[in-house]
Amino acid sequence: MKIVVCAKHVPDPNMPMEVDTGTKRLKRNPAQSILDPSDEYGIEIALQIVEKQGGEVVVLTMGPAAAEDALRRAMAMGAERAIHLQDDALAGSDALGTAKALAAAIRAESPDLVVCAVESTDAYTGMVPGALAELLDLPQVTFARSLAVDSGKITVQRATETGYQTVEAQLPALVTVTASVAEPRYPSFKLMMQAKKKPVDGKDAAALGVDTGAIGEAGAKEEVLAVELIREEKQGVKITDEGGDSVEQIVAYLKKIQVA
Amino acid sequence: MADKRVWVWTEIVDGAAHRQSLELLTPARALGRAEAVVLGPADGDALASIGNHGAQVVHHGDDPRYAEYLAEPQAATLATMIANDAPDLILFSSTPSARDVVSRLVAKLDAGIVANATDVGYERDELRVPWGAETTGTVTLRDSKPHLVQIRPKAFAAEEVGGQAEVQPVTVAIEDRTLRTKVVETVVEESEGPNLEDAAIIVSGGRGLGQPENYTLVEELAKALGGAPGATRAIVDAGWVPYSHQVGQTGKTVKPTLYVACGISGAIQHIAGMKGSKYIVAINRDPDAPIFELADLGVVGDVMTIVPKLTEQLRNG
Ligand SMILES: Cc1cc2nc3c(=O)[nH]c(=O)nc-3n(C[C@H](O)[C@H](O)[C@H](O)COP(=O)(O)OP(=O)(O)OC[C@H]3O[C@@H](n4cnc5c(N)ncnc54)[C@H](O)[C@@H]3O)c2cc1C
Ligand SMILES: Nc1ncnc2c1ncn2[C@@H]1O[C@H](COP(=O)(O)O)[C@@H](O)[C@H]1O
Repeated sequence: MKIVVCAKHVPDPNMPMEVDTGTKRLKRNPAQSILDPSDEYGIEIALQIVEKQGGEVVVLTMGPAAAEDALRRAMAMGAERAIHLQDDALAGSDALGTAKALAAAIRAESPDLVVCAVESTDAYTGMVPGALAELLDLPQVTFARSLAVDSGKITVQRATETGYQTVEAQLPALVTVTASVAEPRYPSFKLMMQAKKKPVDGKDAAALGVDTGAIGEAGAKEEVLAVELIREEKQGVKITDEGGDSVEQIVAYLKKIQVA
Repeated sequence: MADKRVWVWTEIVDGAAHRQSLELLTPARALGRAEAVVLGPADGDALASIGNHGAQVVHHGDDPRYAEYLAEPQAATLATMIANDAPDLILFSSTPSARDVVSRLVAKLDAGIVANATDVGYERDELRVPWGAETTGTVTLRDSKPHLVQIRPKAFAAEEVGGQAEVQPVTVAIEDRTLRTKVVETVVEESEGPNLEDAAIIVSGGRGLGQPENYTLVEELAKALGGAPGATRAIVDAGWVPYSHQVGQTGKTVKPTLYVACGISGAIQHIAGMKGSKYIVAINRDPDAPIFELADLGVVGDVMTIVPKLTEQLRNG
């Protein structure tokens, strides 16, 4: 079983975000960027499958030099090796451009299973995995809250708005996972040290064989005209409670807005 | 410029048109001619409600396999329909199935997509889409036909305009090779009380409740107010309550009259799902919790003391 997990290096969601009004992109401070927490679930479930059934987990990212950090973290968790797509021509890719670059790298690996998160923490488009499945001509099993791989078949519980669906497909396939799929392990110091020696295969656009007109800024069909951060503030009333003495005031407020 | 042909990808759930799909008929009508695309079984009532919300035409493919297999047959049929019919703009909601279909379609058509849109319009015939939950901005699409836009829930209100749609059958044949991801079972997990998205009052709980058992305090307050209980992702991930309760960027988007946040810090991803609430009351023991920035009434204090007392007071009238 060969599993490729697509993982992204993203600004730490616990740090305040900043936008660069010049480039109209999120400011990415490499020192404050981490392996996307959403991708840790996919890495974990991939490791669990391979630990049971044998095989290897390969982690794949597209991003600038600093993104190697995310790959090292994934290898510290247990991924065997990594592929790093890095080229100035890839910068500014939209969802489809990203999917094209990732697809070129994955094709060369012909894995049994490709794992993505439902959506990334920074871009949250959720468009890369489906586009990737189409480009690779793979069935796409999505929103997995649990997943099992058995005799060449993948079965997932797909989270829906009102519950779940049990969904199955033959391998090879692409799956997107939610946070419920597995509890990510925390790598030990020893594993983090070992991960420094694991191989990272760096690839540029030429090595991928992708047309540079179809990726990066040049290939992006989405053009950002303006961007800003939103943080709304209201001039509300703030009161301090002592032993429940605020309840009268809360009830009075609810009466005033006519809900009680 | 109300001259666009706009298709709305319309989802049928439990026999009825999905509310998010109906919401999208509102901007579709404003931009020109609204047409719905329904792939999968739908009865006359469901089709009539789509007309009633402003679709002039419903393109209906009633093959049950559209619902029995994920994404691929729908994406393939849509690609053929687009090639034949060339609409200007196609609107998708943000449900899991909408995302599955449109993401696949993007690669099929080699087209651009704007995800997380909060509005959609044209300026001198150029597409303008404000988008975002945490960041916000405006984007357009270049060299891309048709324009594909995926819109966040509740960006528009569904409106009954009393129209009647002409139903046109979709005759594109499904290819067997698209039937690869099979739905073997659909399970609805019941949650108590009114549906979060319909509720006029929501009482949500977060990690400040301390432990899973204390979530009943939130449920009881919700009941006393005639509302629905919600939750943060922190307690959903911790397994206290099912995902269907989650409010936020990766959960439900709600716009109730009243939102009561109990023991919730107010992370930007939570706020993305509830900031449209008309009145917000927050109870948190940390006076600097970010949730207070949005609160109309902020109460600095212990949820364990305040919430049960408040419930009791409301019950006693
Ligand atoms: C990509 C991504 C998507 C996300 N999507 C969502 C989403 O859809 N929805 C969502 O909710 N979150 C989402 N999150 C998570 C979000 O960032 C926060 O971690 C989460 O909302 C925090 O939940 P919380 O407020 O319950 O917990 P905490 O942040 O831990 O806050 C608990 C609060 O309770 C207060 N408190 C503690 N004890 C008491 C007491 N006795 N009385 C009163 N107050 C008390 C504390 O002061 C604190 O403010 C997402 C995160 C990421 C990275
Ligand atoms: N630059 C990237 N490198 C590797 N994987 C990515 C990249 N961008 C997106 N993905 C994968 O696609 C998922 C969804 O991303 P998005 O469509 O941006 O929300 C992510 O969680 C990753 O699994």
